[in-house]
Parts: sequence; C-alpha cells; structure tokens
Amino acid sequence: MPDQYRVAIVGSGPAGLSAAARAAALGMPHILIEKTDHLSDTIFKYQKGKHVMATPSNLVLRSDIDFEAGKREHILGTWDTQIGEHKVNVRLNAEVTGITGETGHFTIELKGGDTIQAEAVVMAIGTQGNPNRLRCPGADLPLIQYQLDDPGEYFDEHITVVGSGDAGIENALGLAADPKQNNTVSILNRRAEFARAKPANVALLEEAEREGRISVRRETNPAEVRANELVLETRDGTEVIKCDRIIARTGSQPPRGFVEDCGIEFTSEERSAFPKLTPSFETTKNGIHVIGALAGYPLIKHCMNQGYDVIEFLNGNADLKPADEPILAEKFAALPGNRSVDEWLEIFRANIVILGELSPLQMRELLLDSDVAAFDSGDVIFVRNDPGSSMFCIAEGSVLVETDPDDRSATVPIEQGSIFGEVGLISGRRRGSTIRAGEPTITLELSRTAALKLIATVPSAGRAVNRITIERQLLQMFGSGLTKEDVSELVEAAEMVEVRAGENVVEEGGEDKDIFVIQQGSMIVEKSLGEKPIFLSYLPAGSYFGEMAVIDGSARTATVKAAIKSEVVKFPGDAFLRLMEKKPALRERALSDMAARRQVNAFVEERKESFSGAVDMYSETAKFLVDNGIGEATDVLLIDETLCVGCDNCEKACADSHDGLSRLDREAGRTYAHLHVPTSCRHCEHPHCMADCPPNAIQRGADGEVFIDETCIGCGNCQRNCPYDVIRMDSVPPKKPSLLSWLLFGAGPGPGEASYDWRKKTAEKRGTEQAKLAIKCDMCAGIDGGPACVRACPTGAAIRVAPEKFLTFTKLVEDVE
Amino acid sequence: MASSADFEQAEKRRDTDHESFLSHKRMRWLKISVALCLIVITSYFLVDVEPRHNGGTWYGYTLGTIGVILIIWLSLLGIRKRNITEGKWSLKAWTSAHVYLGLALVVIGTMHTGFQLGWNVHTLAWALMMLVIVTGIYGVVVYATLPRSLSINMREMTRAQMVEGLAAIDRQIAAAAQPLGRKEADVVIAALEQDVFRAGLLARLTGKYPRCKTKRAIKAFPAGSLNKAEEKVSTLLARRNSQLSQIRRHMRYKALLEIWLFIHIPATIALIAALAAHIVSVFYYW
Ligand SMILES: Cc1cc2nc3c(=O)[nH]c(=O)nc-3n(C[C@H](O)[C@H](O)[C@H](O)COP(=O)(O)OP(=O)(O)OC[C@H]3O[C@@H](n4cnc5c(N)ncnc54)[C@H](O)[C@@H]3O)c2cc1C
Ligand code: HEM
Ligand code: SF4
Ligand code: SF4
Ligand code: SF4
Repeated sequence: MPDQYRVAIVGSGPAGLSAAARAAALGMPHILIEKTDHLSDTIFKYQKGKHVMATPSNLVLRSDIDFEAGKREHILGTWDTQIGEHKVNVRLNAEVTGITGETGHFTIELKGGDTIQAEAVVMAIGTQGNPNRLRCPGADLPLIQYQLDDPGEYFDEHITVVGSGDAGIENALGLAADPKQNNTVSILNRRAEFARAKPANVALLEEAEREGRISVRRETNPAEVRANELVLETRDGTEVIKCDRIIARTGSQPPRGFVEDCGIEFTSEERSAFPKLTPSFETTKNGIHVIGALAGYPLIKHCMNQGYDVIEFLNGNADLKPADEPILAEKFAALPGNRSVDEWLEIFRANIVILGELSPLQMRELLLDSDVAAFDSGDVIFVRNDPGSSMFCIAEGSVLVETDPDDRSATVPIEQGSIFGEVGLISGRRRGSTIRAGEPTITLELSRTAALKLIATVPSAGRAVNRITIERQLLQMFGSGLTKEDVSELVEAAEMVEVRAGENVVEEGGEDKDIFVIQQGSMIVEKSLGEKPIFLSYLPAGSYFGEMAVIDGSARTATVKAAIKSEVVKFPGDAFLRLMEKKPALRERALSDMAARRQVNAFVEERKESFSGAVDMYSETAKFLVDNGIGEATDVLLIDETLCVGCDNCEKACADSHDGLSRLDREAGRTYAHLHVPTSCRHCEHPHCMADCPPNAIQRGADGEVFIDETCIGCGNCQRNCPYDVIRMDSVPPKKPSLLSWLLFGAGPGPGEASYDWRKKTAEKRGTEQAKLAIKCDMCAGIDGGPACVRACPTGAAIRVAPEKFLTFTKLVEDVE
Repeated sequence: MASSADFEQAEKRRDTDHESFLSHKRMRWLKISVALCLIVITSYFLVDVEPRHNGGTWYGYTLGTIGVILIIWLSLLGIRKRNITEGKWSLKAWTSAHVYLGLALVVIGTMHTGFQLGWNVHTLAWALMMLVIVTGIYGVVVYATLPRSLSINMREMTRAQMVEGLAAIDRQIAAAAQPLGRKEADVVIAALEQDVFRAGLLARLTGKYPRCKTKRAIKAFPAGSLNKAEEKVSTLLARRNSQLSQIRRHMRYKALLEIWLFIHIPATIALIAALAAHIVSVFYYW
C-alpha cells in the first residue's frame, strides 16, 4: 500500500466504479472506498430481478466497464467480474466519515479510526444518504439494524421496530404476518398519532394491534439499548422490555451535511441544490471532485461517463470533450451560423441575462434539458391557450407578444436577453398570449425541470424570473392600455408570500388594504353565514383578489384561503388606487370585475336564506372536492353516483384504448353527496409526480395532460410522490385476440383489462415479458374524440371537468335526472 | 402546435353538461321518438289500405323495414359498448337514442302487424320484441333508481374493502372464540365457514338469506346470560352481521341492475333469429 494514493474514490456506485476502472486502466495509484460489504449499494438495493434501463439512448457510454439494459443481477455480476479483472483496488466495509487537508495531501478518515492519504478525492456517494441512527445509550450495539430485507427470515424473536412512517409500519406488519414465525413484534411511535404514514398502512397496523399481533406503543421513545433488553421512556415513566432485535426506520439524512463538512459549497440553500462544480467536476474545495447522482446526474450512464471523465481530467487530459458533446452538437446543428458547441454555449450564457452567472458545466447541463430553435420574422412561437410549462429565453433577436386576441397587430416587444413563457412555468396555466418572432430570432426553451432547477440553484436567476413574472402578470390581468412604466411602482412594492394549504390570506372583517395576485396554487373564498363558513367561489392561479376593500375602503367581506400550498404576490392597496386614478380603463375594469363578484356572492347569500339546504350542500361539496385535490387539478374525472350503475365500462374502455391496462380505479376514492372522485390522475398544475424522475420522463403534453414518455426507467419515484395514488407500476401485457373473435368464439379474456394471471401466463407463453414501468392516465391525448372513460359511460355518470368550471353553484347543486 | 380548435373542444368538454342518458341533449331522442310515433299512428289511421292493415301491405312493408333497421341498430349497442374506437361517439348518446327509439318500436312493430296476432313465427318475433322492450323498460327503471342506493350502501368502501373488512372481523372472531365452550364454538365456526358468496339467485335478488349461519350464531348468544368471552364474541358477531348485510345489499343492487340483461341480450339474439325466420317465410310464401 503506498503512503499516498494519487486519487481516492469514495462510493462504488456506477460513478465511482467507472472512475476506479479508468484509474486502474491508466495505472494511476488509486483506492475505491465503499461503505457496505458489496459494490454499488443503490443498485444492489433495487428489487430483485428489476430490469435496469440504459437511458438516454442517444448518449454513448464511455467507460472501462460495461453497462447495457438488463436485469439487476446481470449488471451487478458484470461489474463485480470486471472490477476484479481490472485489478481495481477496492476497500469494502469502509465508511468515510470526514475528509481533511488540502489538494495534494488529503486525509480520509474512516469509521473505526483508519485513515487513508490521497492527493485528490472523487466523491461519488450518490444521494441515498445515511439512515438516521438511534440516539440513546447503547445505540452502537449489534442488535440494531437499519434495513429489513426479508421479514420471513426471523423466528421466535422479540423484535422492536422504531419509527412511525410507512417503512416502519410495513416492516412491523411483515414481521408479524406469519404466526408460525412466532415473533413478538412491537412498534414505537414518539407521538400519539401515525400522521406520517399512509392511512391504509395505519388501518392495517391498528387491526394488527386489535388482534394482538403487534404491540403498538404510542408516545414512547427508546431510552437505552442493552444486550437483550430495551429501556423505554413512556408517558408514565420508564419500562424495560425484552428485545432481541431492533429495526430502526426513522428516515435518512441526505449526504449534504457530510459533503459541506468537507468544505464543499452548494449552489443555494434549496433542498434541490447541488455542489458548485467546475467543468472538470472540481468543487469549491480544490482537489475534491463530485460526480454522479450527488452532482445532479441521476442516470447510470451519466454517472459512468463522469467517472471516466473525472479521472481523465485528473490525469491531465485537458482536451477531453464531454460525452454529451455530440448530443449538444446535434441540437445546435439546427441553428444558423455554423458555430461550435462551445461558441454556442458562450453566446447563450453571455446574451441571456438570467444565465450570466452559470459555469460552463451548468450551461451544458441546462442545454441538455432544453431545446434551441431559430425563427424567422413573423413565425409563431406559441399560441394563446396552448398548454406549456416551459420557459423561453431570447438568445438573439426579439419577439412580439399579441396583447389582444382579436387583433393581431396589437403587440408589445420583448427584447434580446429577456425571457417569456414564464407564467406557464410558474402558474402551471396555459399560455396567456400568442408570441411571434419580431425578427430572425434564436430561442432557448428550458423544460419545466431545467427552469425550476435553474431558479432553485441560481438565486439571481430566480429573482429576475420572479420580477418579470409579476410585471407580466399584472399587465396581462388588467388588459391593454397599461405599460411597464405604469406598473413599475406596484412591481417594486410587490412581496411574495407563501401560503400553506388552508391558511387564510384575507380574513373576513379584517381592516388590511392589500391586493393579492395568485401566482401558484389556488384559493377558495368563504363567508360565514350562520354558524358555518359558506363556500362562495374558487380562484385559480392568475386571478387577483382583495380589490373590494381597496376600492371602497370597507372591511373585508369574505375570507380567502389557500386551497393547496400556494404562492401569492401582495401589493399595497394605495399604490393600486393611484394607478387606478391614472388609468380610467383599469378603474372600469376593476369595478366591473368587482360587480360580477358581488353578484355571485349575493346570489349565494340570497339562496342561503331561502334554500339553506342547497347552499350548505354546495358549500360542503365544494370543500370536499378541494380536499380531494381538485384545487390543484386541471382536468379531473368525477363520477356521479346517482347515475353510475357500476358496469365498469369506463375502466374497460381505458384499458382497451391504452395497451390493455386501465389507468383508473373507479371504485376506489372518496365520495361526498354522491359525487365520487375515483383514483385517476388530476393532471395537477404542478405535478408532484414530476419532482424526482431521474430521466425526466414525465411531461405536460399538448392538450395539457401530464404523461410519462418512453424514457421511464421504472424507478417508482413518481408512484411514491403522487399524493393521489394514481400511478401504477406494471408491464405492458400481450395483445388480446380481437373483439370479434371474443364475441363469436369466446377467444381471450374479453373487453377490459385482462386478469393478472392471463397477462402473466400469456406473456410467458409468447415470450414477450416487459419491464415494469410507470403508467398513468394521459387524458387520452392523441385519441380522436377525447377521454375514452367518458365516452364509454352509458349513463353519463363519468365526466371530466376543470375546477374553475365545476366549482360553481349551478354546477354543484343542479340535479341530474 | 396544438390547434386552438382542439382547445375549444376540450374546454367544452371540461365545462360539460352534466346530464344523464335520459335527459341527454334536452331529451332530443325522446322528442324524435315521440314525433316518429305520432307520424306512424296518424298515418295508420289516414292511410287506407285494402283489405285492412297488416304486414303485407305497402304500408306494412314500410313499417316492417323501419322496424328491422331499428332492431338491428339497437342490437349494435352491444358492439358499440365494447369496441372502444376513436371518434366523437358517446355511449351515453347511444343509450339515450337506444332507449327512446326502442320504445318507439312498440308502436312501429305493433302497427306493422296491424294487430293481426296469432300462433305463428311472425307473432313469435313480435312477442320477443316486446319481451326485449319490457326488460329494457325494467332496465331503465333500475338504472334510474338504484345507483343512489348502491352509492349510499357503499359508504366509500370498494367491494374488495368490504370483503377484507369481513375477513378482518373473522380473524378477530376466530381468536376471541378460543375460550368458548364446545357447543358455542361450533356455532361460531359454522358461521365462519359458511361461504358468503355462494348464494342462490333468489337470495341475491331479495337480499334475504334464511339459512344465514351468522344470524343463527347470534341467537346462540342471547343477551343477559353471557360471560366476558361470550360477550366479546357476541359483539363481534353483530359486527360481522352488519358487514355481511352491507355486502349482501351490494350484491342485491348489483344483481337487480344486471339481471335484466340476462334476458334482454339472449332475447335479442332470439329476436334476430325469429325475425330472420319471419322475413324468410314471408317472402317464401309470397
Ligand atoms: C429504484 C430505483 C431504480 C432506478 N433505476 C434506474 C435505471 O433503470 N436506469 C438508470 O439509469 N438509473 C436508475 N436509477 C438511478 C440510479 O440508480 C442512480 O442515479 C445511480 O445509482 C447513482 O449512481 P452514483 O454512483 O452517483 O451513486 P450510488 O449508486 O448511489 O452509489 C453510491 C455508493 O456510495 C456508497 N457510499 C455512500 N456514502 C459513503 C461513505 N460515506 N463512504 C463510503 N461509501 C459511501 C454507497 O454505499 C453506494 O454504494 C434508479 C434509482 C432507483 C432508486
Ligand atoms: C327490440 C328492441 C331492443 C333491442 C334489440 C335491444 C338490444 C339491446 C342490446 C343488444 C343491448 C346491449 C347490452 C349489452 O351488451 O350490455 C341493450 C342494452 C340496453 N337496452 Fe336495449 N334493446 C331494445 C330495446 C330497449 C328498450 C325499449 C329499452 C328501454 C326502454 C332498452 C334499454 C336498454 C338499456 C338501458 C341497455 C343498457 C345499456 C348499457 O348498460 O350499456 N332497450 N339493448
Ligand atoms: S400523477 Fe398524481 S401528482 Fe402527477 S399529475 Fe396526476 S394526480 Fe398529479
Ligand atoms: S416516470 Fe416514474 S418510474 Fe418512470 S423514471 Fe420517472 S419517476 Fe421513475
Ligand atoms: S382519460 Fe383516457 S387515459 Fe385517462 S382515465 Fe380516462 S380513458 Fe384512461
């Protein structure tokens, strides 16, 4: 063992493995340090037999070890063999706890006290982080474990599960499932309620408790771990229980803290931020490099390429072009001017104001998730009411915004370097106006993910986008006649306010005089009439409120509160009044909006006196729908249970028009006043499912639908992230015999989704098994005639609606006969 | 570029007229059907055919042809329902037209016969048609009235959840029954072992299960004289009974909603066969 290695690579995921293999191939003195007793723990932990995907398919793999799509076992096996063949110097069971020193002589501290010296460090520890450890005396005893692979392998033990989330509950249920194992299972919850777990899991746990299969201890903490005992701290004092094994499932710590402790800076405070990196993956701590998922590249291919590259850079290869170079070159090929990739990157960075501070590496990453396009003077870039959540930047040229839908010639320009389309990005709503190129123009279109990442990681870009959004939203909302200069006072005074779901923004009777614009999310307007608050109306993103008190100086006449987590912009009322004085057109507009709103409120109030029952029902139904996600929906399936005969033709139609798998579960879901919200996608304005998709496979389509494209790798993140449980993981089944041969000869399983057995057996027989991927409702995009579920309902029970159209008095109380 | 025509169409859909198949498009098909009947009835009395109205006159042929076309089209609903093709069709509109035009057949078909009924294949076709229509009327009645009860009875539970709820109660009963005496234990076990889903048609339709062993078991634990273990089992049996009742009501509503299709569809097939025989025989003996 040399005194000092040229490079120490921490973490043996695809990134670390590839780096180590390159170092070995170059004969560079190296060590690969891995915490667990096997290579590549993240992939090791995938479900058995998982089909691992090799996306993006247009990216070439540049690595000394092989990787192609295939079963988890095959991939891990290949890597084990090849790492051996390359004589990579691996040290397993070595968790790095700290890195000190400077470039040229780092000291890497391992758990247990060993140290390793290296000139440079490559960190490839992924984003899984470490499970939270128990913090009580005895927490290092061997009876504690942080993962449970197979609950079936423990017999006759006293086992205590610590943790009240889904993972803990599922483990406890698994351990107690088979009475033959004869385990005595307890679960500890610090609190009285299981608030963090899914209701279904809590119900199962409570049932197991009633049946005496699991002992559930609420408001209880582990106080001390002993060899065969656990001391508990309960509300009524301490208690000692027998305990052979502890399974601690109290969440995990992201690796950020550890990385920062090594002296590495992140781009911002945001949870989604990544370490600041140079083009050669060097961090702000010279000599330490970060690659792979930790650097923000969550796909295996990216990770492996970076492993190769970082070692080449360390080896002094300055000419190495990143592996994504051809992809970028292809993107830029469509642009005029014959410039090289680096030249284009520089043009985009220098010309577009919000990109000014980006490093070349960030530029590359941004461009990979973006589209570039050239337009001729007059070409339409997008049309009013197109759905779209991407944001455009003008790299060269300028564009014209049509301010009046009926008059193409009424336009305002947006100049080079600025952005447009940001409203769709921020609010999740459709494009507000048509935009044309004003001269030959080159645009950069940032996908929603790329734009959000940019806003989160580059604070100055975030501020700039915000300012522009507020300004444009004001101009758009109050129509023509206003200019940037007119609203500048308001924009200056604007304040962004984040509101939690259910939080009041304006309170009935309040004396405050501010005016608000909903930038993200939605609001409900309520008024107390009698003892209960009555629902008056629903306000989607892009609406304003609070103008009544400002205009007529009265107290607030109703309460406005957030239907879901939202963002509103607050403007001082007096600035708005001044603007109204200057602009009579605006004044008129505001007054007429106000009159219309008053009318709706008066209508509901009036009804309250004569038809109190109907108003209560309207109010309760509206609240029920909002509680069930309609407040963030753009298009949601509802079933009127006074009409639904339970024929399930909606589900069958969905399956038959979508690869034989239904994307909706009619029976499941909540019901109020016979209005049923089945388990089916709401096409959220800001889809939770998009949050954490490694290949960025979830997109918003041309009809506003949220859909999953063919790059899905089946990781299941979206399924976990969707609060409405509408995504399922399944494999495309084999084709069924035709309807005619079923009708005439009874061939095949018939209309609708075939049974699991039929799908599995037939696929095996035909040898057409497919990987399990995420599937969800795509709103029947591309199918002429629209949603099949609605078209196939014989009674009219199934309808798809938009919240702002449905949450109205007439729609909710009309009686359907 | 998504066209704005698509958008308008989708917007209209999202603002959908939330109305049932019976009132679809302000009862368009009811109006059409009533008009059709009126025309047929008035023309029946206005048109003077010799020697008298029957299927064999030119007027009879006309009505017969309309009737056959209608019957064929009505039968195609079964295909439309299952053939999920692209296009702007809606099954609700189809059902609406089906119901009202189907009813018009009473008039068209009967006027076609000229009230010349007898014991022959022609009248068989008419009778089958009437059978299909009568079952159809029953169908519309249950479609219009039962969904509400079905929904109230579900109490936000899926069928699977109801069954799982029953299984959960059963597990508790099995555990709680351990300390019981032999006799009591036997009644409880008998109740648990009875297959809930093996129910005759009559039981399904009426929701009455006279041989229900759970009810019998409940009687074996009369209130007042119970020890602690028996008390517990008795409460659990009552819960089982109420869960069972929910499932049975669910099965009953579903059966009532579906039973008529078991006549409507086979009778349709028989009707088409009889119709074919009727037409062939008419032309053969001509
Ligand atoms: C369920 C699931 C399915 C997926 N499917 C696919 C797919 O099909 N295709 C695809 O391209 N991507 C897929 N991904 C994403 C992909 O697995 C990850 O992005 C990739 O593994 C990241 O590689 P990495 O090398 O950066 O880090 P990781 O693979 O996370 O490896 C990090 C390694 O570092 C070790 N380590 C961590 N901390 C320390 C420390 N302090 N000291 C020493 N060692 C440490 C860990 O034990 C681990 O072995 C999937 C992800 C998940 C969760
Ligand atoms: C001779 C006339 C008729 C014929 C041949 C006919 C035939 C059919 C057929 C083939 C179906 C499809 C059933 C299925 O596949 O599930 C059907 C369904 C139906 N019919 Fe008729 N029918 C006739 C008259 C009527 C009348 C008069 C009514 C009502 C008054 C009626 C009401 C219905 C209803 C409600 C359905 C169910 C629709 C659904 O659930 O999809 N039918 N009919
Ligand atoms: S899958 Fe879930 S999170 Fe995503 S859009 Fe649909 S309902 Fe929203
Ligand atoms: S669509 Fe879902 S399952 Fe597929 S890759 Fe994205 S997050 Fe993973
Ligand atoms: S809209 Fe289409 S994809 Fe979505 S649930 Fe209905 S049938 Fe299925």
